Amino acid sequence: MSIDVRGVNKRFGGFVALDDVNVSIPTGQLTALLGPSGGGKSTLLRIIAGLESADSGSIEIEGTDATQLPPQRRNVGFVFQHYAVFKHLTVARNVSFGMEIRKRPRAEITQRVDELLSLVHLSQFADRLPSQLSGGQRQRMALARALAVQPTVLLLDEPFGALDAKVRKELREWLRRLHDEVQVTTVFVTHDQEEAMEVADEIVVINHGRVEQVGSPDDLYDRPANEFVMSFLGEATTLGGTLFRPHDIEVATSPLAVGGIEGTISRIQRVGFWVRLTVLTDDGEAVAVEMTRSHARELGLAHGQTVWLSPVPRAARVSIAV
Amino acid sequence: MVSRWFLRALVAGYLLMLVAWPVSLVATNAFTNGLDAMVMVFTDPGVVHALQLTVLVAGIAVVINTVFGVAMSMFLVRYEFPGKRLLSALLDLPLAVSPVVVGLALVLVYGGRDGWFGPFLESLGIRVIFSTPGLVMATAFVALPLVIREVVPVLTEIGTDQEQAAKSLGASSAQTFWRITLPAIKWAVIYGVVLSTARSLGEFGAVKVVSGNVLGETRTATLAVEELYLNFDQAGANAIAFGLAMVSVLCIVVVGALRPRHRI
Repeated sequence: MSIDVRGVNKRFGGFVALDDVNVSIPTGQLTALLGPSGGGKSTLLRIIAGLESADSGSIEIEGTDATQLPPQRRNVGFVFQHYAVFKHLTVARNVSFGMEIRKRPRAEITQRVDELLSLVHLSQFADRLPSQLSGGQRQRMALARALAVQPTVLLLDEPFGALDAKVRKELREWLRRLHDEVQVTTVFVTHDQEEAMEVADEIVVINHGRVEQVGSPDDLYDRPANEFVMSFLGEATTLGGTLFRPHDIEVATSPLAVGGIEGTISRIQRVGFWVRLTVLTDDGEAVAVEMTRSHARELGLAHGQTVWLSPVPRAARVSIAV
Repeated sequence: MVSRWFLRALVAGYLLMLVAWPVSLVATNAFTNGLDAMVMVFTDPGVVHALQLTVLVAGIAVVINTVFGVAMSMFLVRYEFPGKRLLSALLDLPLAVSPVVVGLALVLVYGGRDGWFGPFLESLGIRVIFSTPGLVMATAFVALPLVIREVVPVLTEIGTDQEQAAKSLGASSAQTFWRITLPAIKWAVIYGVVLSTARSLGEFGAVKVVSGNVLGETRTATLAVEELYLNFDQAGANAIAFGLAMVSVLCIVVVGALRPRHRI
């Protein structure tokens, strides 16, 4: 394990940011810390980097206890949401900063800066100041700067959070490819479940300062540990007191299946390829159901029609705690 | 339209009557008899010493205030501690208090005969009041907030992201300060230094109280102006005053030249 977080607690005044957090992050993978804003994921990342100190607990990086180490001795690369570029230094000098601090030979620095700038597609901007770059370019520069010191782990705090939707999507795909190329253990914080699902090998879901679940994107989607994970990683709806994905609910126009729950269609929405139904059951539940348009057409569904709902076999499900 | 012209005329007239005209009269009077007064005053050993003393005292005070000001600004902006607002308010005190009060306060503490701390220092052979250290202290006191008030807003604005990034890249606190923080606040510091220099060169009230005004020893340029003026040497007083005014104008020009760049 590359990073071991054990029993970490952190409070800000009366606010509990992290509550006995235990996580192990595997070497060489791209791991996402996912959760809603204010859930503690950024705090955890900053504690791993040493930018914040834990009230109790320990942090181990590649087998060394880093709990008491200052950030400059942890050998982590950190990328900030708002880039944290050195405004008075050129792009090349930004990237070489860490190597200059480490007093690497001039020739080595020049060569490595060239390599990194071409890796992040900024070679032609080497002599510009950061203020002459776009947000996406600045963040790529910040990434090159963090990689320059050959960190044991690369930590990214909402790296694409300040960028517009299109650049965001481009950069996240690019980050995935970059990671496959560079293979450094990478942890990034995001509140965007789509981003986490698309990019990460492993996702750590954090909410209210606690780790809710750790697993691969498929694990979390198909076998969510609880209500929170289920509803945070995609749509969820209740049927008979259990949470399901709306596309995991089957609709029958006659009471064929045993245990089907009866209800009436109160709303039909067509969203492109999908049809979204709202079915009011006799128990008063409003159940969301999703199906393809062709399937809906086959069934001949109409507003006000009585239908019977049942989950598909092997559907992801979570019972709601009462 | 009319009201705008009226306002402009009002402001221009106000500045003319209060600042431009009187100052320009100092300049013209300094040269009434050509360069005679100038040459006479600036070859007088007493005046030359006074000017040297002023430069020395202002120089030391500015260095002290710059180092202390930058350190204090870092402390105020980067750390949370109880009494922070009180300290911040206290740092503005020298702007509000009359320099004469500052001088008297220093005498009360460091006075050689009945000061609170002075006799002890005197017994060690260190003379503060009626000596150069006293002049430096009085000058440093009155110019104290100028660097701080320039640097604090800039430090607040740049935030801690860049410093944290530098730390995560392996920089020590000292390296972070010299390579990242100081370049980021450079223009604010220079601006504060220029203002402090202008203020320090022109200080009169506090210096007058602590100096004793001994010719060739503790008489500074501003005190020399007063002395010459009281002795009916109007031309001489004007000549030194012109010199002091020129330095201030130079400072303002420097500040004016820096300001647009400082804003970017």
